[in-house]
Amino acid sequence: MSQTRAVDAPSADSPAEPLAGGERPALDARFSKQHTPEGRAFTLEVAFHTTPGFTILFGPSGAGKTTILDCVAGLSQPDSGRIAIGDRALFDSTQNINLAVAKRRVGYVFQTLALFPHLTVQQNVEYGLTHLPHVERATRASAILQAFRIAHLADQSARQISGGESQRTALARTLVTDPDVLLLDEPLAGLDALTKTKIIDDLREWNRAHGIPILYVTHSREEVFALGERVIVLDAGRIVVQGTPHEVIEAPHQETVAQLVGIENVFDAVVDAISPERGTMTCRVNGDGGPMLLETPLVRGGVGSSLRVGIRAGDILLATIPPVGLSARNVIPGRITSLERRDVIVTARVKCRVEMEVHLTLAARDSLQLEPGKEVWLVIKTHSCHLMQK
Amino acid sequence: MNIDWQTFRLTLQLALTVSAALLVLGLPIAYWTAFSRWRWKFLVEAVVALPIVLPPTVLGFYVLVALGPRSPLGRWWISLTGHTLAFTFSGLVIGSILYSLPFAVQPFATSFAGVDRKLMLASATLGASPLRTFFRVVMPLSVPGLITGIALSFAHTMGEFGVVLMVGGNIPGVTRTVSIDIYDRVQASDYGGANATALLLLVLCFAVLATVYSLNRRAWSLGLAKNL
Repeated sequence: MSQTRAVDAPSADSPAEPLAGGERPALDARFSKQHTPEGRAFTLEVAFHTTPGFTILFGPSGAGKTTILDCVAGLSQPDSGRIAIGDRALFDSTQNINLAVAKRRVGYVFQTLALFPHLTVQQNVEYGLTHLPHVERATRASAILQAFRIAHLADQSARQISGGESQRTALARTLVTDPDVLLLDEPLAGLDALTKTKIIDDLREWNRAHGIPILYVTHSREEVFALGERVIVLDAGRIVVQGTPHEVIEAPHQETVAQLVGIENVFDAVVDAISPERGTMTCRVNGDGGPMLLETPLVRGGVGSSLRVGIRAGDILLATIPPVGLSARNVIPGRITSLERRDVIVTARVKCRVEMEVHLTLAARDSLQLEPGKEVWLVIKTHSCHLMQK
Repeated sequence: MNIDWQTFRLTLQLALTVSAALLVLGLPIAYWTAFSRWRWKFLVEAVVALPIVLPPTVLGFYVLVALGPRSPLGRWWISLTGHTLAFTFSGLVIGSILYSLPFAVQPFATSFAGVDRKLMLASATLGASPLRTFFRVVMPLSVPGLITGIALSFAHTMGEFGVVLMVGGNIPGVTRTVSIDIYDRVQASDYGGANATALLLLVLCFAVLATVYSLNRRAWSLGLAKNL
């Protein structure tokens, strides 16, 4: 399979020089490592290039995300390959280079944060600065404590502060050492959305001045959209696709990606007819209630070939009377079987020939007076039907 | 009351010297046993633990042989100082260090191994050398284990008998410790003296251990002193 796309990755021989705007060199990694998460072994084999700014490493647990970070930081050693920041090699199996963790200048904030519990917030932040004279150490520490809004906690013990404060302290402790690359392993997991957003804003602000590549591991879809300038989707040790979040989400060539990026409705389908002149084709989805026809974009493959159709729950419109005068080509009658509220999203399950998941706002539910048993029409644009290989 | 204070001074001196030496020697050994991934590590651990199961006379016998004029170590010492290590205070210290080694190393190693590995990794990513990580992170978080190890070595040395008898003999002011003194008194039917000496040793040891454990409890409840 050749779904791995390297979007805007420069060729291997282009040097990653510091950019004019004071930006720092990019991180280049290309390595493989035997990986054995809980019993199932596979080879982690990745190649990526991350320029300054956020790059999201996204994938299910056990995909090898944390192992990638560990290899970049030097906590784990690849079997072969090369990891470099600009032209400074951290690891190179052909040249026998394997820099010690302490010499890599790679900042790493663990999921558990690993604040030193016997030290104060200030002492934690100054931990990586002992090579500096006392005055400079204090100046830099107080600047970063200000930037991350934890100056008032300086003298508190690290074990007495709250979750959000701990996360800020961990970020400050790492960033004060002025690393060349920052690795974040779900450091904001378990925080509420507001706290998370504020911390991310402060981190972005910091990086506006420093411009280093930030590799951010998450398995939260929301974070992919909220943070990512680029996203690398990982599954079972391989990069499935990389690019901007938009590109990755809009072009889910594989079902793994579809599941990862949140395509809730995925059906097996057979091509029923093709209309090359219109750029569309008709796919037949065999549901429990009989076949359902969907008009989809045209892809290669003749009549009778099987594929999968994916439709995001948020891309489907609901109407309570038969809609007319629409540009959308797919209008499917059905009946609501259940309505479930999650946070501010209402998930409706609609039984047509198949069962379809639809996402609505609370306002839409109330103004349409939706309830289980109600007859509805689903409206789906041709280009909302994503075709995937089976 | 007939108490030989010299034996108490000597015993205390021995116990303090041995505890101090074990703190210095025990740290690297414990660090190695806690973190090494060498496949034959268990052999070293077994050797360190031997004094727990061996009769002190066996250990004392081998130490005596090793320190004697026929062994390379003994000969080297004689060429250096002009006299043999056996039946001297130094010889007694060496024997006691070996005898109490597991009592220091095991609590040290257990507490080192209990330190969250992520803290050590975080220290490394912040640019700290392994040595600095050890002194700034591992040691401060292992204080209770260090206190326990030192207290056990101290108490164990205070009460040792077999090794002292084999290696040191019974030379007043040089190798005659409290436990030997008590044994001597019983042999000589001086039950009053034996009783007084034994009771004093018992009270002394209790006081030392009680102090140490109370310190240890405070270390725990404070969540370890902030600036250690």
